[in-house]
Amino acid sequence: MKPPPFEYTAPTTLPEVVSLLQEHDFEAKILAGGQSLMPLLNMRLARPSILIDVARIPDLDYIRATDGSIAIGAMARQRSVELADVVRTSHPLLYATTMHIAHPQNRNQGTLGGSIAHADPAAEYPALALLLDAEMRATGPDGERTIGAADFFVTYLTTCLDTAEVLTEVRLPCLPPRTGWSIQELTRRHGDYALAGVMATMTLDGAGQCAEARLVLFGVGATPIRASNAEQMLIGTKPGETEFVAAAAKASADLDEPLSDVHASADYRRDLARVLTRRALAEATANAVGTA
Amino acid sequence: MATPRTITLTVNGTAHQVTVEPRTTLVDLLRGDLGLTGTHVGCEHGVCGACTILWNGKAVRSCIMLAVQADGSEIATVESLAQDGALHPIQQAFMEAHGLQCGFCTPGFLMSISELLARSPDPTDDEIKDTLGGQICRCTGYQTIFAAVRLAIKKLADARAAGGGA
Repeated sequence: MKPPPFEYTAPTTLPEVVSLLQEHDFEAKILAGGQSLMPLLNMRLARPSILIDVARIPDLDYIRATDGSIAIGAMARQRSVELADVVRTSHPLLYATTMHIAHPQNRNQGTLGGSIAHADPAAEYPALALLLDAEMRATGPDGERTIGAADFFVTYLTTCLDTAEVLTEVRLPCLPPRTGWSIQELTRRHGDYALAGVMATMTLDGAGQCAEARLVLFGVGATPIRASNAEQMLIGTKPGETEFVAAAAKASADLDEPLSDVHASADYRRDLARVLTRRALAEATANAVGTA
Repeated sequence: MATPRTITLTVNGTAHQVTVEPRTTLVDLLRGDLGLTGTHVGCEHGVCGACTILWNGKAVRSCIMLAVQADGSEIATVESLAQDGALHPIQQAFMEAHGLQCGFCTPGFLMSISELLARSPDPTDDEIKDTLGGQICRCTGYQTIFAAVRLAIKKLADARAAGGGA
C-alpha cells in the first residue's frame, strides 16, 4: 500500500505543463487534489513514471459568476465551492452536488477540475457537468479549446482530452427560472460512491407543463448517461406520477449494460435507476412548482 | 529510484528541511522521518481518517497526500494539541465523555474536530455529523464522540468567557 517510485515536478505555468505532457505522453499523470489519484497510486493500480503537480500554477483557483454561469478554475478545491457565497446564492444545485462528495476532509484537498478530468462514472461532478451542458476549457500544444460535456466523457476514467492537454476551467450554467432539481443517490454509507445516482431538472412553463426536463444517470455505466428518450416523453405533459413512472421505466430500460460488480449486480442497478429516476422527477417537479 | 527532493515545511510550529523521495506520503514523513507517531495510518487510501492532520489549517488525509505536496506548508498534528502536559479541551472532553475506547482513530477525530471548531465555534448538529462522518471508529460508536464534541464546545466557550484562550 505504498506508491511505486515516480518522478515529481511542480511547474508554475501552463506552457510548462503542456511541454511536460508532450515529453512524457502516456507516462505522465496530472496531480491536482489527489483524492482519486493517490489511492490508485497507493494500491499500485496506476504506475505513472512522472507526476505533474498543477497546484503551484497561480490563477487556476477561482470561482466566479459570469453571465449565467459559474466559472470554476481547475484547481478550485471542492471545499471552496461548498463555502463560496456565490455558489450558495446563484447555484444551489452545484452546492447540493458538492455536499454529496465524500467528506469535508476529502473536499478540503479534492478539486472540481480533478474530479471532472478523472471522469469516474460514479462521481457527482461529471454527472452534473453532463446535466447542465457544462463547458470544459483545456489548454494544449495547439492552444485553448472549449469542449461541451456531451463530447467530453468518453468511457470509464477517460475523457476526450489529448494526452498533452490540461483542463483549466469548467463553466456550469445556472438553472433557468421555474426550474426545480433533484439529486437522488443510494449509498451504503454517507459519502460513499453511489451504487446508482440520478440528477434531474424540470422546467415548467406558465401553464405548469414541462418545457424542458433533463435526466442524468450515474454509477450505472462507463460514463454518466443522459436519458434523452425519457426526457422527450415528459416535454409538453403536465408532469405527475403517471409520467414519472413511465419516464423512469424508459430511462431504466434504455440503459445499455449497467455496471456489475461486488457492490451491486447489473439487474439491481437497473432497478435502482428506475426507482431513483421516479423520485428525482417527482422532487424536481415539486421544486419547480415552488419556484413558479 | 526517483530523484529525491528537498522540501521545507513547518510542523507544529517547528521548521524542518527534509529530503524525500517523491512517493513518500506525508504521513510517512511525519511518522518515519520526524518521529511524530501520534498520527496513525489505517486504510492508506483516504477513507478511514485515522491519518487526518491540519494542512494550512484544513483537515486532510495525510496518507493520500505526498510530502512534496506539503512543501512550504504549515502542518499541525495531534502532538500540537496538549500544551505543557495539559490536555487540550477537545482531548479533555473526549476523556470525560468516553469519546474513545481503543484510541486508534482518535488522533484523526481530534484534528478534524479542531478544524471544525476553529471555523465554526458553535456548529449545528448537522455540521458536527458531516465532520464526524469523515472519520471511522469501530469500537466506541459515534454517540459518545458526538457528546464529546458538544462537551468540547462548552469547554472552549467557557475558556473564552474566562478570557483564557485555548
